Amino acid sequence: MENNKPLFPSCFKTSSKPHKFCPGCGHPLVLRMLGQVIEEMGIADKTIFMVDIGCSLLAWDFFDLPTTQTHHGRTIPTAVGFKMADKEKIVIAYVGDGGAYAIGLQHSVTACLRNNPITTIVVNNTLYAMTGGQLAPTTTDQEITTTTPIGKSEFKTLKGPEMLKNIANPNAFLARGSAFKPLVLKQYLKKAIETQLKGNFSLVEAISACPTNWKTNAQETIERMGELEKIFNLGEIK
Amino acid sequence: MKNFLMGNQILAQAALKAGAKAMFGYPITPSSEILETWSNFCLKDKSISILQTEDEMAAGFGMIGACLAGKPAFTATGGPGNVLMQDAFSMAEALRIPTVAMIMQRGGLSTSTVIYSQEEVRLTCFGGNGEGFRLVYSTASLQELYNYTFKAFKMAWKYRWPTFILADGYQAKMKGEVDLKDINQKLENVSPILKAGVNLRNCYNLEEEIGEIIVNYADEYNQVRGELEEYEEYQLQNSEIAIVAHGIVAGAAKVAVDLLRKEGLRIGLFRPITLRPFPAKAALDYLSKVKKIVIVESALGQLSSLFKDELYELSLPIIEINKPAVGFTPKEIANTIKSLK
Repeated sequence: MENNKPLFPSCFKTSSKPHKFCPGCGHPLVLRMLGQVIEEMGIADKTIFMVDIGCSLLAWDFFDLPTTQTHHGRTIPTAVGFKMADKEKIVIAYVGDGGAYAIGLQHSVTACLRNNPITTIVVNNTLYAMTGGQLAPTTTDQEITTTTPIGKSEFKTLKGPEMLKNIANPNAFLARGSAFKPLVLKQYLKKAIETQLKGNFSLVEAISACPTNWKTNAQETIERMGELEKIFNLGEIK
Repeated sequence: MKNFLMGNQILAQAALKAGAKAMFGYPITPSSEILETWSNFCLKDKSISILQTEDEMAAGFGMIGACLAGKPAFTATGGPGNVLMQDAFSMAEALRIPTVAMIMQRGGLSTSTVIYSQEEVRLTCFGGNGEGFRLVYSTASLQELYNYTFKAFKMAWKYRWPTFILADGYQAKMKGEVDLKDINQKLENVSPILKAGVNLRNCYNLEEEIGEIIVNYADEYNQVRGELEEYEEYQLQNSEIAIVAHGIVAGAAKVAVDLLRKEGLRIGLFRPITLRPFPAKAALDYLSKVKKIVIVESALGQLSSLFKDELYELSLPIIEINKPAVGFTPKEIANTIKSLK
């Protein structure tokens, strides 16, 4: 039986498991890949984890790492401040698409522009999940949310890494992966942390599923993820 | 050593000497020279750093980030910047982060003037969705800007309540003589707050969870109140009338006391130096012996509402002299008091 136990990274905090995310949520997949990267790189003793408000806040005790919640949208500046004060640490800001591209957009833009050596992970499920599924900058064309009940159509869908590419330092790293393609995502996360270690800004967006607010069953969730992976384009963007 | 400096330059000098290692700020009149002066310090001293942020929220949270890493950090702002920064101050209050913020009050409401007021008393003491577990020093002179900045860093790291130097555009922009004396002070408890084994949160599931935390904070705050509260008393012995004023208005009121005493009035001054916590016990001791209280402030009742809240036991007539967002001269205070029947 021993051999059948799943291998979790040692930085997982066992006392907080099972985790607090909904069944089918993409967050635990992203966090699991991040945990594996931290384990494989051997950086648990110098990693600082900061989480935003929204579903990302549920990760406040996910890892046995120094972790803090911040305020909605304010994780990136808190991470920048920490890194400025302690350059030896690897500082990760874990945020949703609302935190990165709406209420905290100015911080994403400015941290990228200044090339602050932090790593931002954006979990993009195309809506505001914690508050019940409202419109986000990432909501796709014709997508129904609780504040776009007949489908969103007025404006474009924000693509964060593509937008940031225009102002990023040549040595910054920007990529988009998918929670449903975890091993590829893992490579991006690893590269993002390596980028930070070299003194540059990195941001990885992970397309993620929210069956609770999408109101999708398992099959529909997989199909929707497939659609989103096409709409947003996966890959290294910078 | 005596120097001739602007208030904002004094604040930056004091922060440096007091042990601050980083400043995060967004320019706003009348506080901008603090950021500029600190920028120049950073050219010479590589052990300190600065970040001019994209807005006041980023400044407040950047400061929090540095404090979490165990580096004394500070910010400076005023007016609408103080409004935006309440986002960060409320988190500092919730997570007991030893932030220091220099608030140079400009006019309120809204953008208002860039010059002066005492309209940020309530905001600085009680801004944010909390109970005002903060330490607020209201300074009254250039020398006090220097001295209380030392104290602000000391008390912030000792007790871990967000701490404020509450001054105003007059003190910020005024140039004058100041003694940049060495104050022998070592900050206590300066070490990383966010470290191995620490998971911090400010979001809770149940009403009772956060309710209990607030009650515990209140107990801790009230236990150390006596060590935090500061006031100045001037000529109150045998006084019939007591002026109550804070900040630079108290400076003018002190001169008004001298003018009125020359004319035979038995008058003195009670000046709360800490507005949070308010020195209620001392105020009660001194003021229970007078016959009349005159509250003077450059706001429409912000100090007086603090005062009445803390000193409801006093059954004395209170006269308020309010000039919202406008300053006072000593003569003006003296003449207004003389005209009172």
